[in-house]
Amino acid sequence: MTQGCAHLAGDWSLAALRPRLPVLRRLLSVHGLQAAGWDLSAVTRMDSFGALLLWRAWGMHEPASVLLPPALQAVMQRVRLAPPVQSAPPVRDWRVALRALGRPGLLIASHAKGFLLMLGSVVLEAARLVYRPRAIPWREFSAAFYQIGVRALPIAALVGFLIGIVLAYLSALQLRNFGADALIINILGIGILRELGPVLVSILVAGRSGSAITAQLGVMRVTEELDALAVMGVSAHQRLILPKVLAMALVMPLLVLWTSAAALGGGMVATQLQLEIGWQHFVVSLAQVVPVQNLVIGFIKGSVFGVAIALVACHFGLRIQPNTESLSRNTTAAVVAAITSVILLDALLAVMTRGIGVPLR
Amino acid sequence: MSPVVSLCDISTRLGGQWVHRGLTLDVAQGELMALVGGSGAGKTTLLRQITGLQRPTSGAIELFGEPLYAGRRSQRFARLRRLGMLFQQGALFSALTVFDNIAFPLREFGGLHEAEIRVLVLAKLGQVGLAAQHATLMPAQLSGGMVKRVALARALALEPELLLLDEPTAGLDPERSAAFVALIRQLHAELGFTVVFVTHDLDTLSALATRVAVLAERRILASGTLDEVHATEHPFIQKFFRYHTTIDETPAE
Repeated sequence: MTQGCAHLAGDWSLAALRPRLPVLRRLLSVHGLQAAGWDLSAVTRMDSFGALLLWRAWGMHEPASVLLPPALQAVMQRVRLAPPVQSAPPVRDWRVALRALGRPGLLIASHAKGFLLMLGSVVLEAARLVYRPRAIPWREFSAAFYQIGVRALPIAALVGFLIGIVLAYLSALQLRNFGADALIINILGIGILRELGPVLVSILVAGRSGSAITAQLGVMRVTEELDALAVMGVSAHQRLILPKVLAMALVMPLLVLWTSAAALGGGMVATQLQLEIGWQHFVVSLAQVVPVQNLVIGFIKGSVFGVAIALVACHFGLRIQPNTESLSRNTTAAVVAAITSVILLDALLAVMTRGIGVPLR
Repeated sequence: MSPVVSLCDISTRLGGQWVHRGLTLDVAQGELMALVGGSGAGKTTLLRQITGLQRPTSGAIELFGEPLYAGRRSQRFARLRRLGMLFQQGALFSALTVFDNIAFPLREFGGLHEAEIRVLVLAKLGQVGLAAQHATLMPAQLSGGMVKRVALARALALEPELLLLDEPTAGLDPERSAAFVALIRQLHAELGFTVVFVTHDLDTLSALATRVAVLAERRILASGTLDEVHATEHPFIQKFFRYHTTIDETPAE
């Protein structure tokens, strides 16, 4: 069935068409291929979208009779000449499933390879510095020490103190049932010094400094600062990663000591309030009932965890591609991986040190 | 006909210093207006004020004959959709492909079918001289000249009536910069938009501008055709053009 001539008028630009677009689409789909002729002489303005809309309504070819004013020739021509769109046919390939299976494996392999390469480079750089002590990046080390350690002191103390109070309060309630009030000092002392202090600090530092390290390396990748360093013959491993790893190794035991002290302080306050055990008695018997090995284990754990956090954070930082999405994804992954590896290492160390520093009576 | 951009008595205070003081400038429909001036003269600030990214301390800005900040939120956004801006570094979304970057304003606008978006994006890519196979690349994989082209395609996606260019040829070699200028001229002839651009490059200036405004001493010192501005007897303008001419005559290494 053929109908009469279609007369178009007014502004055929995207912004003007937008409010009436659904209605217009319906009208065009009905009349697009059926109208006998098209009269566009009353159209005041037309942009690529308006032209495209018509062109598609016409079924991608010029209708038999079109009245096209000269001003619209160019825009129509642009749409007519637009490269044909071919959407890629969906790939049906049995190997797709296989690839999906293999991809996680390859990803893990690439992470392992990258991590080992970085670890090797850091060790080599450290060895090189033994022969060239003048090249030791003291300033970077000191900056990392300050950022990771000193700046974390207030928050570490606050968290430690509060956790100490909570732990002592809960334990005190249970111990009183058994009349074993005095054991609170053993529980708090061994639990905090050996386990809670290092793990608490590590989680705090992984969230605080781990993400910062990853983001810093990532932004340096995005802004090509890593490339600039490499061109100037400065090893990023030596100047950026090694100082952070060393700073972590040294500052973490100190943070562990600080946080454990705060947690014991909190425990002491709660003990005094709940069980009426005075702080003098608490301090004196702490030294008697908690073997000093526990403190040493806590320090070692802190150091190991710190190194792990720094290495994981740097590893993910170096993997960042120069785009914002990769930056955010890798920063998240770095914190998650750092905390996970801290917990795994903690389990490992707990098994390794199970016979040390726990008096059995 | 009212000017496309009208800056009236603009004063801007940044970091305790006056950048603009009583600056007035009109840009008429279809003009290619160049803003030139020394570094830190507030040229980019002026562009940012036209787009509403920054607000002048005092003064009135009119866009398409309406006050820039007038109306409800939706009206202000609709007004902004009528302009496109090419940022100095391109400002492409680094997590999106070239195709998605150009499609972004179209998708945000809404109401378009994905098939239509594909055609429009590929047409825009063609207009800026890129091929369809570049559509799948990420911004980080592009050369400096290509970044500018893609950014231009994105700025043109909604076929704006006003195009703002911040240093369109900075960071391009002379050949590419000439090609880019030719591209803008060609698109200007095809699409008939108005252009306001900031530049340091005298070649770009003479090849592109139909009108030049010299921004110095916190105001527009002179505006007119290049020859008219050139003939102005102001020490800054004389020095500006002499200095740049000397630079241009230095043989390339």
